[in-house]
Amino acid sequence: MATVVQERLFGKAIKRREDPRFITGRGQYVDDVKLPGMTYAAFVRSPHAHARIRRIDTSGALKHPGVVAVFTGKDMAGVNSLPCGWDLRKEKNIPGVVQDLAMVPHMPLTADVARHVGDPVAVVIAESQAAAVDAVDRVKVDWEPLPSVTVTDRAARSGAPQIHTGAPGNVAFKWEIGDRSATDAAFKGAATTVKKRILNQRLVANAMEPRACIARFDTATGELTLWVTSQNPHVHRLLMCAFVLGIPEHKVRVIAPDVGGGFGSKIFLYNEEVVCSWVARQLKRPVRWTATRREAYLTDAHGRDHVTDAELALGRDGKILGLRVKTTANLGAYLSTFAPAIPTFLYGTLLNGVYTIGAIHCEVTGVFTNTTAVDAYRGAGRPEACYVLERIVEAGARALGMDVAELRKKNFIPKFSGAFQTLVAVSYDSGDYAAAFDRLLQMLNYRKFRAEQEAARKQGRLLGIGFSTYIEACSIAPSKLVGALGAGAGLYESAKVRVHPTGGVTVYTGSHSHGQGHETTFAQLVADELQIPIEQVEIVHGDTGAIPFGMGTYGSRSASVGGTAILMSLNKIKEKGKRIAAHLLEASANDIEYVNGQFQVKGVPSKAVPFGAVSLTAYVPHKYPDNLEPGLEETSFYDPSNFCFPFGAHACVVEVDRDTGAVQIQRYLAVDDVGKVINPMIVDGMVHGGIAQGVGQALCEGAVYDEGSGQLVTGSMMDYALPKADMLPLYETDRTVTPTPVNPMGIKGAGETGTIAATPTVVNAVIDALAPLGVDHIEAMPLTSERVWKAIQAAKAKR
Amino acid sequence: MKLPVKMTINGQKVSHEVEPRLLLVHYIREVVGLTGTHVGCDTSQCGACTILIDGQAVKACTLFAVQADGATITTIEGLAKNGELHPIQQGFWEKHGLQCGFCTPGMILAAYQMLERYPKPTEDQIRHQLEGNLCRCTGYHNIVKAIQWAAEHMAGKK
Repeated sequence: MATVVQERLFGKAIKRREDPRFITGRGQYVDDVKLPGMTYAAFVRSPHAHARIRRIDTSGALKHPGVVAVFTGKDMAGVNSLPCGWDLRKEKNIPGVVQDLAMVPHMPLTADVARHVGDPVAVVIAESQAAAVDAVDRVKVDWEPLPSVTVTDRAARSGAPQIHTGAPGNVAFKWEIGDRSATDAAFKGAATTVKKRILNQRLVANAMEPRACIARFDTATGELTLWVTSQNPHVHRLLMCAFVLGIPEHKVRVIAPDVGGGFGSKIFLYNEEVVCSWVARQLKRPVRWTATRREAYLTDAHGRDHVTDAELALGRDGKILGLRVKTTANLGAYLSTFAPAIPTFLYGTLLNGVYTIGAIHCEVTGVFTNTTAVDAYRGAGRPEACYVLERIVEAGARALGMDVAELRKKNFIPKFSGAFQTLVAVSYDSGDYAAAFDRLLQMLNYRKFRAEQEAARKQGRLLGIGFSTYIEACSIAPSKLVGALGAGAGLYESAKVRVHPTGGVTVYTGSHSHGQGHETTFAQLVADELQIPIEQVEIVHGDTGAIPFGMGTYGSRSASVGGTAILMSLNKIKEKGKRIAAHLLEASANDIEYVNGQFQVKGVPSKAVPFGAVSLTAYVPHKYPDNLEPGLEETSFYDPSNFCFPFGAHACVVEVDRDTGAVQIQRYLAVDDVGKVINPMIVDGMVHGGIAQGVGQALCEGAVYDEGSGQLVTGSMMDYALPKADMLPLYETDRTVTPTPVNPMGIKGAGETGTIAATPTVVNAVIDALAPLGVDHIEAMPLTSERVWKAIQAAKAKR
Repeated sequence: MKLPVKMTINGQKVSHEVEPRLLLVHYIREVVGLTGTHVGCDTSQCGACTILIDGQAVKACTLFAVQADGATITTIEGLAKNGELHPIQQGFWEKHGLQCGFCTPGMILAAYQMLERYPKPTEDQIRHQLEGNLCRCTGYHNIVKAIQWAAEHMAGKK
């Protein structure tokens, strides 16, 4: 029998299969869904940062034409607080807890006190969007404004307004990691120490599609269907059913259709989808809500917002002896779904970076403020860690008068495979940090650049280069490990592979694509493994009605965790197929191998049954082994044994205008090591986008609250500066490949690397440009022209 | 009070009675039912709702439906002709110019007018002309490449 050897698809930059619908306007996002009899929700939100609700009068709104109902928090009796899915308490033996997490309530509609601008207090349901929005203005809330606090390092000061009775002094938790006394000793023995205050400003994810939901209750079946902009529909269902609404999980179907970006902000369970689900059950009519962009700024979980004092101890030879970090992390007004994990186990555990360090100690205080809740935003804790480390390392090099590249090279953890135990709990899987950095220096032509820089400086031009060498923990995560650290959930992934009688394959994955391209990469993986045409493969995601279970997409886990679950199911399919083929070929199953899309007797391609014949036999089991079930469908759950640790080195060349402080990026280079890559085009694209977000934090983005009023000043796209095409260059990217031993495909994860690396890279470049003027640090980002200009003027004044 | 509006969208004549305050983008999405035109903001910054009105790229959130009375409009759904992708659509596919796809319709239609004005745009021109369209996924790199691809292929066709 002639066989056609199919080209390997794993590792190939094929075009995306999902694109035709997006480029022709036929994607279906939540707000595109229209249901018969649909009503529209609009929320009444607090205009105050902190205020007691004396009374809510809904009578005017109820009289408004088209209004169907108005509900307040008092109407939602029996509905529970939104849950926080991460515990930090000593009694649970969570490592590092210094002061227990204050599990404060977060009601879907607050009935007593509003704790941030935008906190929802009532919902209006109407026959049209316009009527709902109009009637919101007719809900009269009698407010008693209270003093507020929004500033991270003022929240826990004495005299600050108390936000929750259950969190005295606004402290949410205190936590530490590392060895305090060893670190103290390292500093005593140091030749040089540097100390810097490093601020990591608050960011807003700004997925281009605003959050939205539609809830429909079917009175005939008693089933609730929720379409929602979610990165993890099963998690949404579980949290909503088990914790908030107390309705049976099997009577709820959550669909996350096409989702227009997430970057973390669509992981969490939010007030609005809970309220709409509850309302749909009350009214027995579908309810739709779509955030305006201004609502998105006020209510999407924000990211970052750390105030850190970092100290580095160095030997005369440039060896890093010690790192001491004290961070205050602003959690906002409530605990978002995974909030406590971000500034602790996703932050402190990354402070070892890619360096051999003598001793590390880090302590973190989480605080409540009258601001929007803070949770994971692309990178989530890891960018904050990388920023602290890469800024303080460069500051250390400058203090020693040592070249920043040289200092890094002196301290890299030597190449290893298998395990490297850090000083901050985690154990790295594999790494060759010097190789990525050397490749970067080569692409850059570093020596040549320094010569050009010297010449430019002589002409008075401010040219600078910045580096960062980063590590990240992704492929999230081993369930037992995260359970011991306080996670309320397992972090495995599931995959069901269904082979149809005619040989087509449908994969039901618990991962969710909201830009990552799963419909392509997972199909490549399946077609490659089964050696069948990719056209025979369909990937289904984002529907709890179709997919057994899933933990969803975040933490760069889809290919490594979700993909491995698919691979496991494919292996089971092959094993069963061998038994079917063995029967057809009158051979032993042990003698059958799967090669080039057919089951064959080992080494005898002429004695073979093609994949399609086996699948047909599985469903038409006339000539079939005894004791074997018909059908060809397998489900697997993969729980990784460790995190994976991608790494890399980025560099940026900037020129600063000495008169205006404006920063112009001339080159941006990235060498990333994400292990094996299924589709390099898609991975490059994720790296590009990540870099842009990291550059955004360095140069233009930042959520700003007015200190007196607690108003979010950057509450629209007019005020919050997102990176635009004309402030970014073409990125020069390359990869080194160090496969992970953690999963069989050697994939580490690629979704967050750019965001983690880019921010310190750009800031370091600006500081390098300003070095001749005597600037060695700028505390706060973004480095707008105004902030850079002020730093230049301050340095001039000192001279 | 409702006012009558008539327009031609993607070659189809449509007419409805609408509230004067109804934005054109909501008219297209909610009344006409063409949901390829997206709403990403409320301040005319993001450009996700960019359409062609009488050949001009316009953000459909910047005018009321009644202001477009009598206009000839092309939305993303109307760009491919006879099942054949427009070279700009093809360019976005070839060069991986999209990830989540939400900004893409606006990007493609902004690029449409850009290439009419600058058939051989430089990288700087492309970046400058995209000032009014935000993308959070791609870092713009592959959008620039997609538009360059389209420019090359459109030049070949003329």
